[in-house]
Amino acid sequence: MTRDQVRQAVLDIIIDIAPDEDFSAIKDEENLRDQFDLDSMDFLDIVMELRKRFNLEVPEKDYPELISMASSVEYLFPRLKDWKLAS
Amino acid sequence: MAKDWLKGAKSAYDTIVVGSGLAGLTAANKLAKLGHQVLILEHHYNLGGLATWFKRKGGHILDISLHGFPIGMVKTCRKYWTREISESIIRLKNIRFDNPQFSFLTSFDKADFTRVMKDQFGILQKTIDDFFKTVRAMNFYDDLSMTTRELFEQFFPGRNDVHRLLMEPITYANGSTLDDPAITYGIVFANFMDKGVYTFQGGTDQLIKKMKKELLKNGVDIRNHCMVEKVLVEDRTVVGVRTNGREIHAKTVLSNSNLLSTIHKLTGDEHFSKEFLEEVSKVRLNDSSCQVYIGIKKGEKIENVGDLLFTSQEEEFKSESLLEPETTSRTFSFYYPEIRPGANRYSIVSSTNARFKDWANLSRAEYEKKKDRLIEKTLKALEKYVPDIRQKIGHLEASTPLTFKRYTKHPGGASFGTKFEGLQVSRNLPKQIAGLFHAGSVGIIMSGWLGAANYGVIVANEVDKFLHHLQHQPETELETANV
Ligand SMILES: Cc1cc2nc3c(=O)[nH]c(=O)nc-3n(C[C@H](O)[C@H](O)[C@H](O)COP(=O)(O)OP(=O)(O)OC[C@H]3O[C@@H](n4cnc5c(N)ncnc54)[C@H](O)[C@@H]3O)c2cc1C
Repeated sequence: MTRDQVRQAVLDIIIDIAPDEDFSAIKDEENLRDQFDLDSMDFLDIVMELRKRFNLEVPEKDYPELISMASSVEYLFPRLKDWKLAS
Repeated sequence: MAKDWLKGAKSAYDTIVVGSGLAGLTAANKLAKLGHQVLILEHHYNLGGLATWFKRKGGHILDISLHGFPIGMVKTCRKYWTREISESIIRLKNIRFDNPQFSFLTSFDKADFTRVMKDQFGILQKTIDDFFKTVRAMNFYDDLSMTTRELFEQFFPGRNDVHRLLMEPITYANGSTLDDPAITYGIVFANFMDKGVYTFQGGTDQLIKKMKKELLKNGVDIRNHCMVEKVLVEDRTVVGVRTNGREIHAKTVLSNSNLLSTIHKLTGDEHFSKEFLEEVSKVRLNDSSCQVYIGIKKGEKIENVGDLLFTSQEEEFKSESLLEPETTSRTFSFYYPEIRPGANRYSIVSSTNARFKDWANLSRAEYEKKKDRLIEKTLKALEKYVPDIRQKIGHLEASTPLTFKRYTKHPGGASFGTKFEGLQVSRNLPKQIAGLFHAGSVGIIMSGWLGAANYGVIVANEVDKFLHHLQHQPETELETANV
């Protein structure tokens, strides 16, 4: 996966988790919780989806890495770069 | 021959969920959606656990624990259930207090509470703002040494009336008292103050019916009338359960039974370390409840006197006196026709907190007499608000801590699981026995409809992690599974 694909994958997950939110104006550098109505349960959902979709385990101590879109991509890219997206 | 409630059940599942309270059901649904094979075993003929109702002759439907929950339930239902379920959640706007210290109507949210505290109690705006800021910022990882009593004394020293206003509703909502850690109060209070009190339109029966439909759609195997007698453990690893005399295998077991029953009865102390059992011995159960159910005759009406009414004749507020058998502190929930649209019926449920020991060990006659007295006192209290109530009653019945115990199997008929220390024990269970998990009312903050449902999801995540690990890297050890 490329960085862009990782970003898209995260975005897809967030959109699925919070279908009533509008993510079109998302600011990658900003804290997700400050921009959207996301709580700790939503972050748990992101973790579960990452496991389901990419067989990736995010240990609890790393949850803070998912604080913004940019930090998520930073954290996930090295872990997902070898993942082949089904075409 | 007795009916085989397990007919057609498979011999093995990924997860067996023991009990169908909101934690068990929500966990089961989430796990099924994540692709696991899930079996729910519930000893009762209904699903829902304490989220339940009963029907009586004359078209009466009476709800047990549908008094109110915070707005968060909308999101939880939307995410872990269906849009339809979340869209049936409606706000209750008329919350009434009536006791010797104060009497008024409130919409039970931050703005209105601020108004009341300023105008009726003469508290400074800044103190109120600071208090709300403090409770809003409380979280699970905070210091536990401060009690709710100390929190109140810090902001409203010597103001028993303010303490009553702030504490009484939460005592009913999660069983916590002035002596519990302040966070067990603050987190729940802040949740309510966020946007007020909500209920489920259609009643508990409709909610559970919709949940069942969704579970079946997601492939969950649901079995009622199935009492789990034992969780089967080999080599500190779960292998399944025994239910109705039959063994069923599973890679994981998620118990929604009471935490202490899960450990001592279902699993057995021999499977746990001494240190762990030491922690378990410190876990205190929450208290139980008494309720009086009043079904209004068909065709009769009741004026709107509020949705929830916190009433008491006690001069002052004490957490303990809420538990006394002779307490005059009770909550009335009024169910108007809007709750079950189309049925055009009314009902009233009165709840008091209660101790198991005050109701246990009575002779049959004494027990019945005590119940009658409870009913009579309740009606007397209610007459103040609905003067002609006695003429309108179509069905009248009471439940006690014994009733709650009989239906849920919870020790002491605990209404809200365990006190705070139970949460850590619940979380540590899988470290003792690989594949054994617990979800359900614990630690006060994980109780109530919202707390239980969310805790179900939190534990479903752990179960999923475990199953995923078994499937993908069975040869390596999982962080949580070793002791
Ligand atoms: C009187 C009263 C009023 C309440 N009012 C409210 C309210 O207004 N708002 C709110 O949010 N909360 C309220 N609550 C609390 C709320 O109902 C509970 O916290 C919540 O429903 C508990 O869910 P749970 O998942 O912990 O399990 P429970 O509902 O306790 O269910 C556990 C289930 O496990 C089953 N079980 C146990 N052992 C076994 C076994 N060995 N085999 C098979 N099955 C087993 C039981 O039969 C039960 O169905 C109230 C509670 C009471 C008692």
